[in-house]
Amino acid sequence: MKPIWGTPPRPSRANHLGTIRDNIRWSVRALSAGKNTGSLLSGAEEPVVRFESVGMRYGLGPEVLSDVSFEIAPHSFQFLTGPSGAGKTTLLRLILLSVKPTRGLVSVFGEEVSGISNEALTGLRRRMGVVFQDFRLLDHLTTYENVALPLRVQERAEASYRAEVVELLRWVGLGERMHVLPPLLSGGEKQRAAIARALIARPELLLADEPTGNVDPSLARRLLRLFMELNRLGTSVLIATHDYGLMDLVDARRMVLGEGRLRIEN
Amino acid sequence: MNEARPPASSRPAEAAEPPLPANLRRNAPLVPTDSAASRALAAVIAILTFLAALCAGAAEIAVSSAGQWQGSVAQEVTIQVRPSAGRDIEADVKRAEAIARAHTGIVGARVFSKTESERLLEPWLGSGLDLSDLPVPRLIALTLPPDARPDLATLRSALTEALPGVASLDDHALWLQRLSVMANTLAGIGIGVVALVLIATGLAVVFATRGAMAGNREVVEVLHFVGADDAYIAKAFQSRFFRLGLRGGALGAGAALLVCGAAGLAARMWRSGPAGEEIAALFGTFQIGWQGYAVIVMIGAIASVVTALVSRVTVRHFLR
Ligand SMILES: Nc1ncnc2c1ncn2[C@@H]1O[C@H](COP(=O)(O)OP(=O)(O)O)[C@@H](O)[C@H]1O
Ligand SMILES: [Mg+2]
Repeated sequence: MKPIWGTPPRPSRANHLGTIRDNIRWSVRALSAGKNTGSLLSGAEEPVVRFESVGMRYGLGPEVLSDVSFEIAPHSFQFLTGPSGAGKTTLLRLILLSVKPTRGLVSVFGEEVSGISNEALTGLRRRMGVVFQDFRLLDHLTTYENVALPLRVQERAEASYRAEVVELLRWVGLGERMHVLPPLLSGGEKQRAAIARALIARPELLLADEPTGNVDPSLARRLLRLFMELNRLGTSVLIATHDYGLMDLVDARRMVLGEGRLRIEN
Repeated sequence: MNEARPPASSRPAEAAEPPLPANLRRNAPLVPTDSAASRALAAVIAILTFLAALCAGAAEIAVSSAGQWQGSVAQEVTIQVRPSAGRDIEADVKRAEAIARAHTGIVGARVFSKTESERLLEPWLGSGLDLSDLPVPRLIALTLPPDARPDLATLRSALTEALPGVASLDDHALWLQRLSVMANTLAGIGIGVVALVLIATGLAVVFATRGAMAGNREVVEVLHFVGADDAYIAKAFQSRFFRLGLRGGALGAGAALLVCGAAGLAARMWRSGPAGEEIAALFGTFQIGWQGYAVIVMIGAIASVVTALVSRVTVRHFLR
């Protein structure tokens, strides 16, 4: 005999971003968690990221970025665009502190990052979520383990986040794929796993590098809605993309890179 | 019993969504286990541990045999009575025996008769020889108490006074000293070799760790990006290498234990054979005691700890 609440809904491929009910449950949780980790601590209107006349070159090569200055305000949503090779990934890596600028100042969460200690670096990175262009999932860990990674490396007990990870996985439509190793996932599934990993620790800043590059337009729109939802809950979002169709769906600030220079459009 | 809660999956609040899969894999090692390289390293550690353990076992046998030997030699001193022209050797022997027995602290004295003394020479001179013409010295074996050594100096001077140039006391002091120098040397060599082998293990682990770090650069980078600090990453590598070290150390020490056990058995069988007594006299019981086994197990444990520590230091160094 079936229980009165019925069989649990199976996430289908068609609506794998979940039902409105799931959506709200996740949002409420994220919102309440955001309060104690988030923007209240980092000062009311301090920019999340500030670049001042930043120049960047790889080795002895030409300058990829020159004299780039901008700020990312808390709770803001923006696109970073420009042709392939314009330096979008490089700019994200500068924010991520995985490369150092050749000149100029980079501040993240109000902290100037030249000469930052390793401990402080770890602290800053824990406040960011990143979706890499090439996903960078660890192939020897299951989808579940990959998504749980940011919590695991904070040495939290597995039992304390298990339900949360599973819930997020179901919400991005990977509920049935938790056991699977990344090499067996489709491009779109990897993309969603990478996004889930970026979201699981509820970052204050989300960086996404071409997050819709590998998915069909309808999934791209759903992923975009996911980022906007996250932004509505307080996370600053920066999406690097050259997909104009996608950008036209949202009225958001556009940072356009071209020939090493940055132009801001509204 | 009425306080028992229903299992989580049957609670209505949770039943709205499917329960967590029971076989969900969690917390697999963060550093992928490269089986070929891991097996090679475990084999190297096993071999080195085996050699170190054997060496320690051999040193232990030598030292404990020397100890046994020393013990039995130290409990005996001998008086040698030389025949000399114009003297009655039997009377001299009796005189010496009487002096020894009178000395405090001498538990017993056994006079080797003329035939016994001649028999002692047989191995050197062959049997069937008529030794009656030869001036064969006579021996008196004195037994000392097991705990205290009596004052042998006064006994010696009493003997030379009474029988000058005829009786002499041999307390094997030179012998004992040489024996203990030899035992200490063997122990030192054993410790040195074990230290060298442990250093070699450490170096092998350094190279393996650097290889693993280089091979897992991607993984390390991702771990950094998701907020892992260096200590956490070092721990991930360390736990992997500790497991390898434990495996290698256990294998090597286990093999060494087997070999030592087998050698002990063989020695026992040998000893019951014809030449056994002499072998036992020469090599002691040729069996490692519980200390020997403990040393071997300890070397296995030390090898795994060294592996873990070295890999941790190497990773921290690499990340800097
Ligand atoms: N690691 C690197 N070493 C040298 N040159 C690089 C490296 N990464 C990127 N570049 C160069 O920097 C420029 C900008 O690259 P990138 O930031 O990836 O652009 P985008 O993400 O906009 O396509 C390109 O010309 C690329 O060749
Ligand atoms: Mg790029």
